[in-house]
Amino acid sequence: MSVPTAPVATRAAEVRGLPSHLQQPGSKVVRWLLTAIAVLFLSAFIIWPVFQVFRGAFSKGVDAYVRTFYAPPLDPEVLEKMPRRERVVANNEVRQAPKTRDAIAMTATVALIVVPLNTVFGLAAAWAISKFRFRGKTFLISLIDLPFSVSPVVAGLIFVLLMGRVGIFGDWATHIQWPWPWSAYWRGFEGHWWPIGFSNWYEGVIFTPLATALASTFVTFPFVARALLPLMESQGTESEQAAITLGANGKQTFRRVTLPAIKWGLLYGIILCTARAIGEFGAVSVVSGSTDANDTMPLRIEKIWQSYNTQQAFAVASLLASVSIVTLLLKVVIDRKQSEQAVVKKPGAGH
Amino acid sequence: MPQLRRNVLPGFRLSLGYTLFYLSLIVLIPLAALAVKSATLSWNDFYSTVTDPFVVSAYKLSIGASLAAAAINGVFGLIVAWVLVRYPFPGRKIFDAIVDLPFALPTAVAGIAFASVFSSLPIVSDMDNPNRDWYAVTLMLVFVGLPFVIRTVQPVLQDWETETEQAAMSLGAGPVTIFRRVIFPVLFPAWISGVALAFARCVGEYGSVIFVSRNIPGVSQIVPQIIVEKLIEPTDANGVSGVSNATAVGLMLLLMSLSILLVLNFIDAMARRHER
Repeated sequence: MSVPTAPVATRAAEVRGLPSHLQQPGSKVVRWLLTAIAVLFLSAFIIWPVFQVFRGAFSKGVDAYVRTFYAPPLDPEVLEKMPRRERVVANNEVRQAPKTRDAIAMTATVALIVVPLNTVFGLAAAWAISKFRFRGKTFLISLIDLPFSVSPVVAGLIFVLLMGRVGIFGDWATHIQWPWPWSAYWRGFEGHWWPIGFSNWYEGVIFTPLATALASTFVTFPFVARALLPLMESQGTESEQAAITLGANGKQTFRRVTLPAIKWGLLYGIILCTARAIGEFGAVSVVSGSTDANDTMPLRIEKIWQSYNTQQAFAVASLLASVSIVTLLLKVVIDRKQSEQAVVKKPGAGH
Repeated sequence: MPQLRRNVLPGFRLSLGYTLFYLSLIVLIPLAALAVKSATLSWNDFYSTVTDPFVVSAYKLSIGASLAAAAINGVFGLIVAWVLVRYPFPGRKIFDAIVDLPFALPTAVAGIAFASVFSSLPIVSDMDNPNRDWYAVTLMLVFVGLPFVIRTVQPVLQDWETETEQAAMSLGAGPVTIFRRVIFPVLFPAWISGVALAFARCVGEYGSVIFVSRNIPGVSQIVPQIIVEKLIEPTDANGVSGVSNATAVGLMLLLMSLSILLVLNFIDAMARRHER
């Protein structure tokens, strides 16, 4: 439990030496009642469900939890001696665990593609919008925000309409071939000008991991730009102007002046973008088909849940829940770092 | 005039060019595909798809449950924001941090978590109750939209000078009058935009709701569920393909979200004019 600290408003009242009954409005009873309502509301809607995830995940013990992800085949003799029901469960675990591990790998791959793309975009957009004046800026910002207000299902649908079998670019998109990045191998220069080959190629876009990546890119599109924009706008252009005037080139200015000032905001945007890319469900479920090989972790959770393996579904969910709890912790840390940076900067600005 | 001074910073063309290129590639062209595809539908097919009784009942559930959830969040979000800013209590920082969890928690995880919570909750575990899915979907959407009102109201409360309140109190106003006449008018623009944001988010929500509603056509389907269902359906009795039907309903959902966005911008503009 954290130490209770007085909020800014209360502290200000204390400084002015007001009598205690004027420092906080409402009688003790009202105060107590409202605090109880707030705590109960947050506990019922947030703490209880998250607790259920972890309780469900470990409902059959630590061993069953581990076997959700790693279940080597059992010794046939041991299997023979098991009661029939337990044997069915054990065999099912052996079949399901590799698919769950593949889903984790797929989720990581998609995030590794999506997050850098949207980070580069976020930096470019925030630089153009915050450091320069041009017409239509407000309109451009609303366009960047657009994916936030589009339903995830519609986000998936538009890519089907663009590249699906009956899509606008359907003829081209259903025949395009592209390599799976992890299947890369060194084939040398003999007979090729390009030394890296791929052993695994996909054909088409919709119902392949490429569609998953595209839909996730759409859904997480604004995060980094949104985290950087207010920050960079409040910082203005003076430091960069000074650096350029002193003879730094564009690259140096960005790396030495802009980047240190925005690093926490950038990190925050990247973390939010990653969290959403990992957890996206609606858009991904529309474009990935129901092939097991295309499953990301959320899709895997749905499939396991549909087959009534509640404990396994919660076990996979517990990983995602842990990621989101870590996200919240990082947010608190970054908020603190950002306000420290702001405090350090302020007295210096006068000199 | 700052406009007359030449901006010496480099990279304007490159960064704006890349921004526009990437924006078109990922957002604008795909969204245009929805518009282009719906233009190929005949008006009669479009109309009969979007006014189908099952689809209409999905609008009712989506909008009704989202409104109810936004209203619940409007009341409780205000209380939570007030308590978090004004009343120190043990663990306040932890409660403040977990408010953002619905943003960070994947919807599928929230869905199965609530499905498990609901199995022990009397009003939603009674499957014979005809309103059961309304309750379940509404409670689920309360979670989905929970942070919006709190996070829009909180900064206003933090900047709020307590003097006005103290002046009202010293003039003899009771707590209810102070809240109604002094505090709420200041909070109102932030509060209503928080409610609208929560509503907008809930209307499009899919991932969590599918785990708590029973997906019965005409009873417990939300609009996104209809779209997903139509997308995998074969050609219907009128000879319209499943994809076309999904496009029609998808356009309706997109228009709904965009109109909420317009209302939000309007509220924002009004609030800003009010400040000046």
